[in-house]
Amino acid sequence: MQAIRDFFNSFLLVELLKGLKLTGRHLFDAKYTIEYPDERAPQSPRFRGRHALRRYPNGEERCIACKLCEAVCPALAITIESEPREDGTRRTTRYDIDLFKCIYCGFCEESCPVDSIVETREFEYHFEERGEQIVNKQQLLAFGDEYEAQLARDRAADAVYR
Amino acid sequence: MAEILELVWILAKIVVLLVPLLIAVAYMTYAERKVIGWIQLRRGPNRVGAYGLLQPFADALKLMLKEIVLPLNANRGLFVIAPMLSIMPALAAWAVLPVGQGLVIADVNAGLLYVLAMASLGVYGVIVAGWASNSKYALLGALRAGAQVVSYEIAMGFALVGVLMASGSLNISEIVEAQAGPIWNWFWLPLLPLFIVYWISGVAETNRLPFDVAEGESEIVAGFHVEYSGMAFAVFFLAEYANMILISGLAAIMFLGGWYSPFHGLPVLGPIFDLVPGMIWFCLKVAFFLFCYIWFRGTFPRYRYDQIMRLGWKVLIPVTVVWLVVESVFILTGFGPWF
Repeated sequence: MQAIRDFFNSFLLVELLKGLKLTGRHLFDAKYTIEYPDERAPQSPRFRGRHALRRYPNGEERCIACKLCEAVCPALAITIESEPREDGTRRTTRYDIDLFKCIYCGFCEESCPVDSIVETREFEYHFEERGEQIVNKQQLLAFGDEYEAQLARDRAADAVYR
Repeated sequence: MAEILELVWILAKIVVLLVPLLIAVAYMTYAERKVIGWIQLRRGPNRVGAYGLLQPFADALKLMLKEIVLPLNANRGLFVIAPMLSIMPALAAWAVLPVGQGLVIADVNAGLLYVLAMASLGVYGVIVAGWASNSKYALLGALRAGAQVVSYEIAMGFALVGVLMASGSLNISEIVEAQAGPIWNWFWLPLLPLFIVYWISGVAETNRLPFDVAEGESEIVAGFHVEYSGMAFAVFFLAEYANMILISGLAAIMFLGGWYSPFHGLPVLGPIFDLVPGMIWFCLKVAFFLFCYIWFRGTFPRYRYDQIMRLGWKVLIPVTVVWLVVESVFILTGFGPWF
């Protein structure tokens, strides 16, 4: 009996018609595509994009040159040199991140005791010259100044979960 | 003088038919990408021009600017001729297809035979391309295409023999005339199995999914046209779509009553729907079949090669033969409104 039913089902193209019905329904379904430059997918406050160095509200840079980020970095992307400043505090004289080596794991951000090195939400950037991928302390601080409002908001939003 | 005028007149008719046909081919590629996109919950091309409508021209421009690479040790002459060989029959067959009442370039008495001959010629382009490319993938693709097209030609021919028996004529205009009347008067109903067999073999004839083993990009890269690039590749592409439109046009003429509206001959609806020109009805029917091509592509996975052969020889040909016998009984007994 089953054999006969199978024979007629395959002869009457039943399964093919079922398949056509499915794709025919999808034809009119809502589309998933996000048209990227015009529309954007939502970003998490924990988004890990290009790095920045933050400052305290009084303008003092946060980084104390503890080199934890340099030590924890699995890709060895961070290079730090430090010296005592005139007022006796230890500060970095060099803070370079090689963005080609960086794997954007976020360990530097996690390890930082003073929330100095952070990853911003910025992911649309490019380099035009060889060597530009190594960003130095001045550039990182500038990024930090640029995104400070957003960074503070994201950290406040995430603080509840830490 | 009269001969020259006649020649110019014929040329004008050819241009009037071919220009819309080639535009239709261009927009078929666009429609395919759109519909496949929608089926896969994407949007399809929508960046070039409004709704991406200029996409075909962007593609054509890109392909024209690309280099045509001649492979080392390829047979130069055949390599160049192959794309022309494949697009020529697809366009030439349109000479006998009536797009409306009396709107045909050549009203040939053996029109159906001519169409079958042209449809079979198309495979030479594929075979020559595969041979001339001097590449194993191309050769394999050509062999597959050759065997497949030859097998399905038989089923297709038999299906059209059914149409021939039902209409009693090889002249394509007369075949349409024989279907004059509303939708249930058309040949698709009494010849339903032949219609389905014709359509399946039509999909196989044009090497479209699910029968695209000649191309089979996941198995033999791109089959017969791996070595082609630039405009030579584009011509193959055009030929494939022109063939699809041809097969769809034939299906509309043989089984769906060509230029007749679905309500032709009915008391009230008939005259109203006959106000729409027959050419529009024909185009709508062709568009329906073309949509089916794309729909199948978006739905079915590729057949295995031996399954294609089994389907062609062991299923489709017996079905057509059986239905031809049934049809002869219909004709002898004068069954229904058709015979």
